[in-house]
Amino acid sequence: MNKILENIINDVRYKEGLKSCMNCGICTAICPAAEFYDYDPRLLLTIVQSKDEDQIEELLKSDFIWYCGQCMSCKTRCPRGNCPGLIINVLRKASQESGYFTESRMGRQQYAILRTIGENILKYGYCVHPERLTPEMHPEQGPVWEWIFNNRKEIYARLHANLDNDGPGTLRKISRETLDEIHSIFEVTGGMRFFQLIEKYSKKKVKEMGFEQDEKNMNRYFMHVYKDGINDSS
Amino acid sequence: MKKEGKQQIWKDYQKEIADDNYYFQRSCIRQNFFPGSEYAFLKIIKEELGKDIFDDARQTTCTGIGYHSDIIPFETTQTVVARHFALMTEKGYHNFVISCVTSFGIYSEIFETWKEFPGELEKTRYYLKKATGREFELPSNMTHASDIIYKFREQIFSKRKYSLVNKNTGKPLKIVEHIGCHYAKIFPRKGVGGAEFPQVLSGMIESWGGEVVDYPERRHCCGFGFRHYNVMADRGYSVANSKKKFESMAPYKPDAIICNCPGCTMFMDKWQYVIAEMENKIYGTNGNGIPVLTYEELAGLVLGYDPWDLGLQMHQIDCESLLDKMQIEYDPELKYAGKNGEKLEIPIQPNYVH
Repeated sequence: MNKILENIINDVRYKEGLKSCMNCGICTAICPAAEFYDYDPRLLLTIVQSKDEDQIEELLKSDFIWYCGQCMSCKTRCPRGNCPGLIINVLRKASQESGYFTESRMGRQQYAILRTIGENILKYGYCVHPERLTPEMHPEQGPVWEWIFNNRKEIYARLHANLDNDGPGTLRKISRETLDEIHSIFEVTGGMRFFQLIEKYSKKKVKEMGFEQDEKNMNRYFMHVYKDGINDSS
Repeated sequence: MKKEGKQQIWKDYQKEIADDNYYFQRSCIRQNFFPGSEYAFLKIIKEELGKDIFDDARQTTCTGIGYHSDIIPFETTQTVVARHFALMTEKGYHNFVISCVTSFGIYSEIFETWKEFPGELEKTRYYLKKATGREFELPSNMTHASDIIYKFREQIFSKRKYSLVNKNTGKPLKIVEHIGCHYAKIFPRKGVGGAEFPQVLSGMIESWGGEVVDYPERRHCCGFGFRHYNVMADRGYSVANSKKKFESMAPYKPDAIICNCPGCTMFMDKWQYVIAEMENKIYGTNGNGIPVLTYEELAGLVLGYDPWDLGLQMHQIDCESLLDKMQIEYDPELKYAGKNGEKLEIPIQPNYVH
């Protein structure tokens, strides 16, 4: 058994999420991602359950594992108590640890998520922060959000929030001491190492594409995977 | 089946919800998009119900959006959650109340993991101690914030200024409820009514005079998709799922949509605007969209709180159609005002839907 498969099988979420699949397909019937994409959680569990190393490697390099929307509707309906959505978490971790995620269009998008949600957590202590929700990056938020964004100091104050200030309350500034604790947790538990892996393999991809890995090109790569990757075949 | 038999079965779908002395865990999405909702929740708990609830400046995100977008290792999320339990323990609380459905799923998953795999709990204790010096006890009661409103829904209604009735027709308002996937689909026993008969929002609606709309795609996901929404190139997944729900509910002509999860509230509000801009398709009546409210906003309206104090001006789909049906008093001039009533610029009007 190779190291990647060994890590997959030893993950507690694998033990919890895949007891014994009988391939009934209820998960696929209920799955919103199977309706939208060419996705099939029943097939996913069939492959993973087979422990076929070549097929699992193909999965880790493909868009297939990135289709799941993590609603976990599969968990409710499986008559065996399996959870394909949880197996997806395990496979996505393996794909990023091995670097295979940069082989697929949707896998490469992990760099964009790192640069937005990941940076928000370390910088602000929130997954989402008003300063980072720019109308240019979020046109779907519409003109009311643009109004909030442009007048955020006044509007959040109107709604009793404590935006960027000390003390408790909505959107308070997370103190340096608290952020230091979060950073320390990320260091001790491997969260920081995982961020560095996503960064490292994304830079490697940029190099493979024939570009220097400088800040300007990494910003271009970020916008490419965030915004313009729709017609880009892997 | 006899009534007693039904009541016996229904008991299996109940959960224990603590009476008092809560430690409040805030939500990233709710704070960003619905700050008035967390304000209203704390006001209701403290001032209307006379309960004790602690709002801790030291807490952070649970990392939930990052975890389900798969950039955060499980060990890291477990330890961030453990830190919140440590903060609760240090303040002497035991009842953990969570403002976000994604977080509720995260805390529940971790709680169950620690029960099933005690080694993970021990590992997390070690990580937390090493990283922060902190230690923690597990909460004795863990609920979503809506569970508390559900528990005290009759007490809230006894203080009402308005009920969920269309005062022009005298009929109950028709309300769509959306509880959010991670409230009960992952661990059905942790939600009131489980995954099959979720009662947390429908209980509020019925107790406050409204009528729940039962439509085919009632339990379908709003389409957040975590990573899908976070990346602009994949937002089609998110809007397509919400669209499936709108198409399914529209024939029932709902007066409003009430959501449990802050993310679902935001998507069902914003995607109506996007679909109107893309296809000129409007799901409400008289050229309006269907107003989408949080359960705190709904409770606040019932209690007579000012709509602009609750933050209804932050919604893309106007809520005035609902306010007018309930004959709620409000000042349209103050909708876009600042803290002291000063006039701010007015948002650009969308092309198709209000």
